Amino acid sequence: MVDRSQTPLVELKDISVSFGGVKAVDHVSVDLYPGEVVGLLGHNGAGKSTLVKVLSGAYQKGGGEILIDGKPVEINNPRDARANNIETIYQTLALADNLDATSNLFLGREIVTPLGLVDDSAMEAECRKIMGQLNPNFQGFHDPVSALSGGQRQSVAIARAVYFNARILIMDEPTAALGPHETQMVADLIQKLKAQGIGIFLIDHDVHSVIDLCDRASVMKNGELVGTVNIPDVTDDDLLSMIILGKTPTPVTA
Amino acid sequence: MGMIGAFVLLCLGFDILTEGRFLTPRNIFNLSIQTVSVAIMACGMVFVIVTRNIDLSVGALLATCSAIMAMTQTEFLPYVMDLGLNHPVTWLISIAVGLLAGTLIGAFQGVLIGYLTIPAFIVTLGGFLVWRNVAWYLTGGQTIGPLDSNFVKLGGTNGTMGEAASWTLGIVLTAAALWMLWASRRARARHGFPVKPMWAQGVLAAITAAVILGFIATLNAYDIPERRLERMFEARGEVMPEGLTVGYGLPFSVLILLVVAIVLTIVARRTRFGRYVFATGGNPDAAALSGINTRFLTVKVFALMGFLCALSAVVASARLSNHSNDIGTLDELRVIAAAVIGGTALSGGIGTIYGAVLGALIMQALQSGMAMVGVDAPFQNIVVGAVLVLAVLIDILYRKRLGA
Repeated sequence: MVDRSQTPLVELKDISVSFGGVKAVDHVSVDLYPGEVVGLLGHNGAGKSTLVKVLSGAYQKGGGEILIDGKPVEINNPRDARANNIETIYQTLALADNLDATSNLFLGREIVTPLGLVDDSAMEAECRKIMGQLNPNFQGFHDPVSALSGGQRQSVAIARAVYFNARILIMDEPTAALGPHETQMVADLIQKLKAQGIGIFLIDHDVHSVIDLCDRASVMKNGELVGTVNIPDVTDDDLLSMIILGKTPTPVTA
Repeated sequence: MGMIGAFVLLCLGFDILTEGRFLTPRNIFNLSIQTVSVAIMACGMVFVIVTRNIDLSVGALLATCSAIMAMTQTEFLPYVMDLGLNHPVTWLISIAVGLLAGTLIGAFQGVLIGYLTIPAFIVTLGGFLVWRNVAWYLTGGQTIGPLDSNFVKLGGTNGTMGEAASWTLGIVLTAAALWMLWASRRARARHGFPVKPMWAQGVLAAITAAVILGFIATLNAYDIPERRLERMFEARGEVMPEGLTVGYGLPFSVLILLVVAIVLTIVARRTRFGRYVFATGGNPDAAALSGINTRFLTVKVFALMGFLCALSAVVASARLSNHSNDIGTLDELRVIAAAVIGGTALSGGIGTIYGAVLGALIMQALQSGMAMVGVDAPFQNIVVGAVLVLAVLIDILYRKRLGA
């Protein structure tokens, strides 16, 4: 089980984000412990993606505080997030379609030769290594990623997030575009990463996959936090009513 | 690959139509000199278009840089700084001033585009009017010349490397190209990746060597006219030996283009900057989310474009040996056309430097070939315009076929 007696890996405290007067995220606080998977649930537009984009540096927060290992950090852009070992798998995958898998894997963090030139052979070797672990069927190392299948593109995005020793992983609907086989692959990967002590925020629409994969779930509605629950303590109906009605379940008498 | 074929066919076709006057050392020499100015800028335009931008101001920027350099070497340095005419440092200082001006103007336009998010089309359309007329203002609309005697050596006919130096350079270039082919093969083999069969590698190496050395041999075969040679000897106070022939060799301006094309190819393929340029063109959001500072990247790309405009200005004004008020007029369209004929996609993310140089060559070959065949001037431009559209259509069909 997850040990929650220590300092959390990440604390998002009282985060607000607004876009031109519309409050997309309204004073939300969530936290994440090492080796834990926290699901973020909610309707489209509930603000869950916006919340984690504050952590990944894609959006700037309007208010609140981000703490990593209990220390406040400033995350103003994706570079800051990466410097704090935060990696993100975006729903859109965020791949440069005209480049091959290797270039995408190392985008922004290329291996360079002593002369400062990018070392394509060394990067391709590393790319083949990690792809061999993640998706042994992966082909087409020299094709632009636009020519790859949905599952292969997804594995490139996942490889990019896990290759660089992430401590905090954000997955925004990682299985939305995948078939059953690849979905299982992602589920196995999440278990493996959990065992390595990586903390994961998992955004998902599917209540059942959250119940299967997560330790806790935070539910959002209209930019506000409905509540955070321990998965073993709730049923799928409880989660659904949180999502739809915005009601926290009556605490189970313990 | 298809483009190289089209270029070869075009040259052979004109050669037949002109009864062998097109593919003479003299015409190839002239063709390469005429192509340089547009080709240098087309190399930079590849980076601009790959990042999903456009630069309509290159011809005007060329004029401003040319005007600045012309004024520096004919007014400022000789009279204000009292160095006199044709001082040995004049050409160096003038070029440095011009390159600095071009880079700064380019960077300024880049800031407007990258940080203030004004569309590149608008910024450079404004720049087109502004810089064309800054050039006019600087010179009062007058033709400034003759330019410094060292400066004009960078223009082409006035400055060539001579036969021996050209051969040396050709051999060095061939050796470098072969070494690079071998090094990349070795790097692939070291990581256990499949490599080309030895015979294919051998054929590729042989073609590379033949093209480089053949080009040098052709330029060396173009002899300096006897009269001109006589005058050169007279200027040195010597008498020309009877029956002496001396080849021109590689013009310095073509050498500049070669250096620009090689350096920018390495930049595009083997540096982080180049990788980021292509990533930003393929998916700007993904590039930004990967931690690439896409705004500053835009500034750098336009600064590079400005630098290359200034370099083209050196070549163009040196070739004419004066600065005229209409220098670089319509160059923006030729440069964009060269990049596009060379396979650069306006949707971004795709383009090569050698393609742009080849595009510039194809346009110049078309223009001068038609002039030699005797096609009327209006038809020349009609054909060039039609070829531009056709080239893009073929490119689109070709990509669809490949499914890329």
